[in-house]
Amino acid sequence: MLHIVNKSPLGHAALDSCLRVAQGGDLLLIEDAVYAASAGTLFEPLMRDALKRFKVYALQPDLEARGVAVHLIEGIAVVDYGGFVDLVARNKTCQSWL
Amino acid sequence: MKFGIVVNEGPYQHQASDSAYLFCKAALAQGHEIFRVFFYHDGVNNASRLTEPPQDDRNIVARWSRLAEEQGIDLVVCVAAALRRGIKDENLAPGFRISGLGQLVEAGIQADRLVTFGD
Amino acid sequence: MSEESSIKKFMFVNRKPPYGTVYALEALEVVLITAAFDQDVSLVFLDDGVYQLRKGQQTKGIETKNFSPTYRALDGYDIEKLYVEKESLEARGLTEDDLLVDVMVLDRAALGALMDQQDVVLSF
Repeated sequence: MLHIVNKSPLGHAALDSCLRVAQGGDLLLIEDAVYAASAGTLFEPLMRDALKRFKVYALQPDLEARGVAVHLIEGIAVVDYGGFVDLVARNKTCQSWL
Repeated sequence: MKFGIVVNEGPYQHQASDSAYLFCKAALAQGHEIFRVFFYHDGVNNASRLTEPPQDDRNIVARWSRLAEEQGIDLVVCVAAALRRGIKDENLAPGFRISGLGQLVEAGIQADRLVTFGD
Repeated sequence: MSEESSIKKFMFVNRKPPYGTVYALEALEVVLITAAFDQDVSLVFLDDGVYQLRKGQQTKGIETKNFSPTYRALDGYDIEKLYVEKESLEARGLTEDDLLVDVMVLDRAALGALMDQQDVVLSF
């Protein structure tokens, strides 16, 4: 299953909730959730922990738009919109943690 | 593969509509089919033809209309959500149609994947 | 396509409280329509979404329709699978007795496993 999160983990609980409930699978960070891919934030330890259970992706255009395409947490893969489409196609279901 | 798309937020206020549009374009470029884009909650405001963004900004509404025209995408606006927010046939942008929530459920049933963009 | 194969598992995930925003109300409207399509429907309440089911909602003072009785009526639409996350309830100092309808309380792992079994997940 693909989990899609679009909010910064430093301001909202959506990513926390996703990581609490979801059992694993693919996790895609889009929009403001791409800040969760940055190394050095307060959330990094939780993200590193999540990487043990999830394959984590961040949307490149959203990273670039926010100036945070550099210094990503090791193990997080970067995808473009085509990669986003592939992730949706590859998983039987997807859930947006709005 | 057939994708259904749900857009829950209005244009310019939230990135949801932009993300949904770029997702649709990428899916079409890969040869996938967009079964329907369903606009719900404040997402119905994406269908207002009265929208006039500044010239140096993207025209979100016109972009959806163009996608509908060029690719034959079905853009459906929820009637109950639309009436609440003053979106009617009189001010509906080209390519959009107003219909019931059943269209969303049908997209969930017919499409291989349903992707929601919202807040 | 056989009739059976056209029935999908729809899960509605409610994570937002009522009244502050319209999501809870408009989610309920989708749920009611989905019931008419004879799909396999479940509702999940987690995070502040559990407040949608809180007993004792009185909306007169905010001049807004109290839609909480609708959750009790879901039964009449053959929507009987209502799940609440245990951890979300506990985090808010609530128990099942505080809720206005009968629900199944699942822990986060059981809920996550249930999500994995769905065909369509709609979040509000």
